[in-house]
Amino acid sequence: MSSLATQRYKLSRKIEPLLFLAPALIIIGFIFAYPIVRLTVLSFQRPFQGQMLFVGFTNFKAIFKDEVFLRAALNNLTLLICVPIMVFFALILAIFLFDRIRGWQFYRTTLFLPYLLPITVVGLIFSYIFQLSGVLNDFLKAIGLDMFVFDWLGSTKLALPTLMFVIVWKEVGFGIILFLARLMSVEEELFDAAKIDGANWWRLQFHITIPQLATTIEFFTIISIITILSWVFGYVYVMTGGGPGNATMVTELFIYQTGFRYNQMNIASAVSVILLLVTGIFIFLELRLRERSVALEEIP
Amino acid sequence: MKPINRLLGFLGSFIRQALVISATLLSLFPVYFMIVSAFKNRFEYIEDKWGFPKSFNLVNFSTAFAGEKFFIRFANSTILTVGSVLISLFVACLAAYAFARLEFRGKRTLFNIILSLMVVPPVVMIVPLFVSMVRWKLVNTYHGTILIYTGLLLPFSIYLMTNFFRTIPREIIEAARIDGCSSLGIFWSIMMPLSAPALITLIVVNALWVWNELLIALVFMQKDELKTLMVGIAALRSRNYVDIPATMAGLLIATIPIVIVYMFGQRYFIRGLTGGAVK
Repeated sequence: MSSLATQRYKLSRKIEPLLFLAPALIIIGFIFAYPIVRLTVLSFQRPFQGQMLFVGFTNFKAIFKDEVFLRAALNNLTLLICVPIMVFFALILAIFLFDRIRGWQFYRTTLFLPYLLPITVVGLIFSYIFQLSGVLNDFLKAIGLDMFVFDWLGSTKLALPTLMFVIVWKEVGFGIILFLARLMSVEEELFDAAKIDGANWWRLQFHITIPQLATTIEFFTIISIITILSWVFGYVYVMTGGGPGNATMVTELFIYQTGFRYNQMNIASAVSVILLLVTGIFIFLELRLRERSVALEEIP
Repeated sequence: MKPINRLLGFLGSFIRQALVISATLLSLFPVYFMIVSAFKNRFEYIEDKWGFPKSFNLVNFSTAFAGEKFFIRFANSTILTVGSVLISLFVACLAAYAFARLEFRGKRTLFNIILSLMVVPPVVMIVPLFVSMVRWKLVNTYHGTILIYTGLLLPFSIYLMTNFFRTIPREIIEAARIDGCSSLGIFWSIMMPLSAPALITLIVVNALWVWNELLIALVFMQKDELKTLMVGIAALRSRNYVDIPATMAGLLIATIPIVIVYMFGQRYFIRGLTGGAVK
């Protein structure tokens, strides 16, 4: 009798985790796993007389000859310039705030504000700021800098850099908060000891602050690369729509347009597969970084 | 201290203040611009774009409320946000409990897979998702879109809750188990109440994410009466003629819920974002 009870207990202990996990696994399967499998299949197919035919690498060959796609990929790569700029400004501002300059708590709140605001709202406000008759140009005229009056989002040369400015403006706050939180968890003694040893401000930064931040900097860099490669849709969609011409076309917008405007689901899938593979590299790097730092703390 | 050092110290703090203040002004300017423009009439806006409004008229707000089905959009965003945040919270907590406190084979691998999903861009899934959702008749429905958002929120939510559950001492759980409490009982009456701070964090972070999301809403809520606030706002851009002050009033209203959530949950929000990062 008691052995039956233990058996039942053992069985329930075995099934139990599954019951707790089931809802999450079903939803994740439906939203992540199945679409990714489906995506791969779609990328090797073409519709023909109402049926899907296997066409090998035809779609992939086609997109690498597509000028708009190549332009989009190139633009995404160009946007990566934002990453070092973001790391640099986030680092400097976090260090300054950590020096507890007067009002640092207020500055922390305000510097973080852009990260919270919806990209759609921010994008629209900036497109009014950068308009030909916008506030920036009005301001430039008022202070006599008429030669710098441009159609910031309407010119092929300037649209992408202007977009970069807005991306940096919005995303840098996340870096500041990350770095500041990490610095605050460093033992005070480390800094105090160095100060007692007579280290000046620069030595303190290069010998303590930056080494202590190394993993966090690495993390923020990887996350920012993933953001630039695959989360900038909102900026482009709202501010330029990919234009003028295709000057600000990016991979995500290309997927959206080919898939939903031109109904070429298979081409869109092939581009998605490539995007997934490229971001996959960085997702893997991020995961390894996370594992490494978790291993230092608590082993489940 | 040598005078030269004192001078350097003064210069240093001056440079720091100057840099931080300019960064702050830069990050506040668009918000300031939105607020002052929302209270100007069109002529005032054209004449003086960055000054304070002279008249403080509220016409723009009534224009914003009247146009573009503002209330419906607002309600749609709210339904999607509340629905997906609550469901994902519940589902994620169940899974996180298994990861944190139950033993099973392949736990680490499964957890790592879910972790890696945290940064998979939704854009790569939208084409196949759309194809399936059409077949399942889930496009242009609240529950279909809530399902997608729930799925996208799960990896981060599971990660955050698992980490939090791990900090709850095993002794409490063992004691309850000896008292005859089942796993579900432990989950409901011990883990959940102890997790209030983590739950608030998750609600704040996830709610802001869904409220601000554009791409999924654009693709899966296409019918005019189902469009979200962000989709409605994005559509304003492509207009030839736009009443900018009225638009700014609309943007201001759309931003207020975010600011309120942030004011109440700033501490939790920052904890959530940094908790999702490497320590």
